[in-house]
Amino acid sequence: MSFTVSSKQLLSKIATGDGHGENSPYFDGWKAYDNDPFHPTNNSNGVIQMGLAENQLCFDLVQDWILDNPRASICTPEGVDEFRDIAIFQDYHGLPEFREAVAKFMGKVRRDRVTFDPDRIVMSGGATGAHEMVTFCLADPGEAFLVPVPYYPGFDRDLKWRTGIQLIPVHCESANGFKVTRDALEEAYEKTESENIRVKGLLITNPSNPLGTILDRETLRSIVRFINEKSIHLVCDEIYAATVFSQPAFVSISEIIAGDDGIKCNTDLIHIVYSLSKDMGFPGFRVGIVYSYNDAVVNCARKMSSFGLVSSQTQHLIAAMLSDDVFVKRFLAESSRRLGIRHKVFTRGLAQVGISCLKSNAGLFLWMDLHRLLKEQTLEAEMALWKVIIHEVKLNVSPGSSFHCPEPGWFRVCIANMDDHTMEVALKRIRSFVLQKKEPVVVPNKKKCWQDHNLRLSFSARRFDDFLMASPHSPIPHSPLVQART
Amino acid sequence: MRLLSRKASCNTHGQDSSYFLGWQEYEKNPYDEVKNPKGIIQMGLAENQLSFHLLESWLAKNPDAAGFKRDGKSIFRELALFQDYHGLPAFKQALVDFMSEIRGNKVTFDPNHIVLTAGATSANETLMFCLAEPGEAFLLPTPYYPGFDRDLKWRTGVEIVPIHCTSSNGFQITEAALNQAFEEAENRNLRVKGVLVTNPSNPLGTTMTSNEHNLLVSFIEAKKIHLISDEIYSGTVFTSPGFVSVMEILKNRNYDKFSEVWKRVHVVYSLSKDLGLPGFRVGAIYSNDEMVVAAATKMSSFGLVSSQTQYLLSAMLSDRNFTKKYISENQKRLKKRHGMLVSGLQKAGVSCLKSNAGLFCWVDMRHLLRSNTFEAEMELWKKIVYDVKLNISPGSSCHCTEPGWFRVCFANMSEETLELAMQRLKSFVTEYNRINNSNKESSAKNSRRRSLTKWVFRLSFDGADRQPEER
Repeated sequence: MSFTVSSKQLLSKIATGDGHGENSPYFDGWKAYDNDPFHPTNNSNGVIQMGLAENQLCFDLVQDWILDNPRASICTPEGVDEFRDIAIFQDYHGLPEFREAVAKFMGKVRRDRVTFDPDRIVMSGGATGAHEMVTFCLADPGEAFLVPVPYYPGFDRDLKWRTGIQLIPVHCESANGFKVTRDALEEAYEKTESENIRVKGLLITNPSNPLGTILDRETLRSIVRFINEKSIHLVCDEIYAATVFSQPAFVSISEIIAGDDGIKCNTDLIHIVYSLSKDMGFPGFRVGIVYSYNDAVVNCARKMSSFGLVSSQTQHLIAAMLSDDVFVKRFLAESSRRLGIRHKVFTRGLAQVGISCLKSNAGLFLWMDLHRLLKEQTLEAEMALWKVIIHEVKLNVSPGSSFHCPEPGWFRVCIANMDDHTMEVALKRIRSFVLQKKEPVVVPNKKKCWQDHNLRLSFSARRFDDFLMASPHSPIPHSPLVQART
Repeated sequence: MRLLSRKASCNTHGQDSSYFLGWQEYEKNPYDEVKNPKGIIQMGLAENQLSFHLLESWLAKNPDAAGFKRDGKSIFRELALFQDYHGLPAFKQALVDFMSEIRGNKVTFDPNHIVLTAGATSANETLMFCLAEPGEAFLLPTPYYPGFDRDLKWRTGVEIVPIHCTSSNGFQITEAALNQAFEEAENRNLRVKGVLVTNPSNPLGTTMTSNEHNLLVSFIEAKKIHLISDEIYSGTVFTSPGFVSVMEILKNRNYDKFSEVWKRVHVVYSLSKDLGLPGFRVGAIYSNDEMVVAAATKMSSFGLVSSQTQYLLSAMLSDRNFTKKYISENQKRLKKRHGMLVSGLQKAGVSCLKSNAGLFCWVDMRHLLRSNTFEAEMELWKKIVYDVKLNISPGSSCHCTEPGWFRVCFANMSEETLELAMQRLKSFVTEYNRINNSNKESSAKNSRRRSLTKWVFRLSFDGADRQPEER
C-alpha cells in the first residue's frame, strides 16, 4: 500500500489550520498599532497600544535593584564565577534556590496566609507553556475544559491548539458582575456531558482577565464543592495575584483548600498556573510555573517541562531578586499603590464623561462599558464601534467579543503599559470621542476624521493649567487631567 | 474515570530507559575529586565543558552585555518586556552568522527563516507537530539519541521507525536499510512523513558522508517526504573529514530555491553542545518552507528563549573575533580530549568507532560480553556502573541493533577525572581478562584431571603404591 501526498498534506493539520487563533479580528487592532504606533514626540497622532496587558509601572525599582546586585548576573565580574555552573545547569527540577525563591514569593503575594512547597514548583515556558502543559497532563484529545466567559483569548490557542481538547464556555452576565454561579457551572457541565463530551476540568482566572475582579471566598468555595462533586480538575490561573491594589483582599485557591475553611477537597484535583509576566512585569523572561497538589501531575509536568525550561541565567537572576525580602516587600507595596493610582485616574476620567467600568480592584486593565454607544446591541455593532476606536480615536483596545463575552459593548482597556503622559493622551482621546459622539455609531462604517471637528472645550489652555494645579480631584500632581464638560 | 491524560499515565516519556537509570545511579553517588573520590564518574552526559574560559574572558571584556546595557544605557525594561515570538532581530542575525561560520561560510542562512525555541528538545517536538499527524511516522537511523523517543513521540503521537545500521560498514546509512525501514512502516500501516538524521551523529560521533547525504536527498525527493537534519553538534567537528551540512548538499545539487525539495529540508540547531550552554535553552529550527516557519513561530510561544539570554548571546555571537577564536580553540580541545579517551581505551584493550566529531566515542565492548545478547550487554553495563563506577550509556538505550556498544562522553569532566576513568576501566578489563582466562584454564585443567583419574584408576589396579600426580 502506498500513500499519495499533496503538498499541503505534507504539513500537519495543526500547522495548516487556524487553531493558533491569529486570524481572529482581535489581531486587527495590533496590526493597526504596528503600522502606526504612537510616540509622544515622533508620532503623537499614532495608535496608542491599550490591548497589551503589561505591567510597566515599577521598572525603576527593579533597575535600581539590578544595579545594586551585580552578583545576580552571571556575566558581571561579581557574578561570573558562577557562570559555568549555571550555564550547564539544565536539570528540569530547576535551580533549588529558584524554586525556593518563587515559592516564597508566591506566599508573600498571598500575604503569607499559605506556604508553597518548592518541590511542587515546576517550570514552564511562561504561563502560555504552563497552560498547555497542564492540559497535556490532565486531558486527552476530544475531552473538555469549562471556562467562565469572558476569558483571555490566548486560552483558545494555549489549551486547545496542539492538545486537541475543547473549551466550553460557562455563562456569566453583567447583571451580577459576571459572577461565576453554581447554576451556570452545572448547566455547562450537563450540556457538555449530554453531548457525550467528557468534562475533565474547570479553568478559572483569579484575578480575572479581562474583568480585573477577584473571586470572593464564597464563590471559590462553591467552585471547589462543584469540582469535588464532579471529580474534575480545577486549574487556577493566578498570574495577576500581585496586581490587586485595593480591597477586597485576594483569596487564592491555596487558602481555600488549606482546610481551615471547613471545605473538604480532593487536592489531587487542584493546580495553579503562575508566572512573573504580570506581577513583576517580566514577560520577556518566560518564567512560567505550574504548581500542582497532585504528585503524579507534578512528576509528569516536570518531565514535560523539558519542552520549555526557564533559562538558567534567568532562574539565577530571579532567585537572587525574589529572595531579597526587603526588595520584594517594597516592590509589592509600591506596585499595588501605582496600579491603584493608575486605575483611579482612568476610571474617574471615564466616569466624568459618563463611561462606566466594571468595578474592579486588580489587573492591568479596565473592563469598559460602551454599550450605550452601540446603535444596536449586537456583535456587529460592537465590531463597528471597535473599528472606529482603532482607526479614528486611534486606541488599540480589545473588543469584548474577542474574550467570548456574551454581551456586546464591553471593551478591555489596558492602562499599566504606558507612561503618565501617554495615559493622559489616551484618556483625552476617549473623553473627546465620547463627548462629541451625539449618536451611537452607525453599523456601516462612515469614515469620519474626528480630529477635523471643532472640539468645544470650555477652557482655554491657560485655564487648564490653573484648574489642574488647584484640582483636588487629581491624585497625580502635574497631570493635565481634563475636566472638560460640554 | 481516569484522572489524568493517557500521556501522563503512560511511559512514552521514555524515562524508564536505562539511559536515564544510569543518571539516577550517578545522582545517588556522584564522583567528586575531593568529597567522593570513589563515586560514579559521569560519562553519560554529552556536555561540552572544555571552553568555558573563553566565554568567561569574553564576559570580562564586555560589561554592557552583562549588565542589561547597550552603549552604557540600561535596556532592562526593553528586554523584560520583549516577548515577541519573532525573536530579537540582532540575536537571530548573530545566530545565523554563527551557523554559517561553522559551515565554513559555504552556506548562508536567512534570519527570517529561523525560529527560536527552548532548546533543541523543543525544536524537534515542534517540527513533529508541524509536519506530522498523530500516528504518522518518521524514519531514524539507529543508533540514535534516546531523548528522541520522548521529544518526537510523547505528546505528538508520532511514531519512530528505525533505519537499521550496523558495524559492518561503520553504521552508515544504506539504501537497502532506508527502503527496508520504509517498507516496515508501510507494513505497520504508518504513513511516513520524513526522515530525521543527526549530523554529526549522536551517539556515533561521525559526520555524514556525501554518499549518505545524496542517498537521503534522493530518497526524500522520490518519496516526497521531509528531511530533518539535527545539526546541533556541527561545531564539534575536530578533524577531517570536515562538516558538511545538508544545506550545502542541496546547494551543490543545484536545486532551485523554490523547488519542493528545498522546502522539505529542515535543520535543527542549538547552542547546548557547540557553546556548552545547555542551561540557557537556546534552540532553533531553520526551514525554507514559509508555512513551516510561520506555524513553528507561533508554536514557539510555548517555549520562547528568555530575552535576557537572547541579548547576551546576540552580543557574544556578533563579536566575530570571538566566534572565530572560539570555534577553533574549541575544536582543538575536543580533538585532544578525544585522543586521550581513545588511547586510554586502547590501553584497556578496548577499541571504538573511528570518529571526528561529537562529545563522545562509540565504544566497542562486544568482546567483553558473556554472549552476543542484550541481556549480556545489560549485565556488562550494570557492572560498569555499579562496580567500575562509570556511568556510560548502553547501545540498547540508543536502539542499536548490535549488543556490546556503549557511548562514552569525554568533554564533561577534567583531564584528571578522565584519566581516572580510564584507569578504572583498564583495571576492570584486566581483571575481567584474568578471570576469563583462569576460567578457561580451570576448565582445561578440569578435563586433564578427569583423564588423569582414569589413568590413576587403571594404575591402581596395576600397582597400589604409586601416588597420583599432583595438579
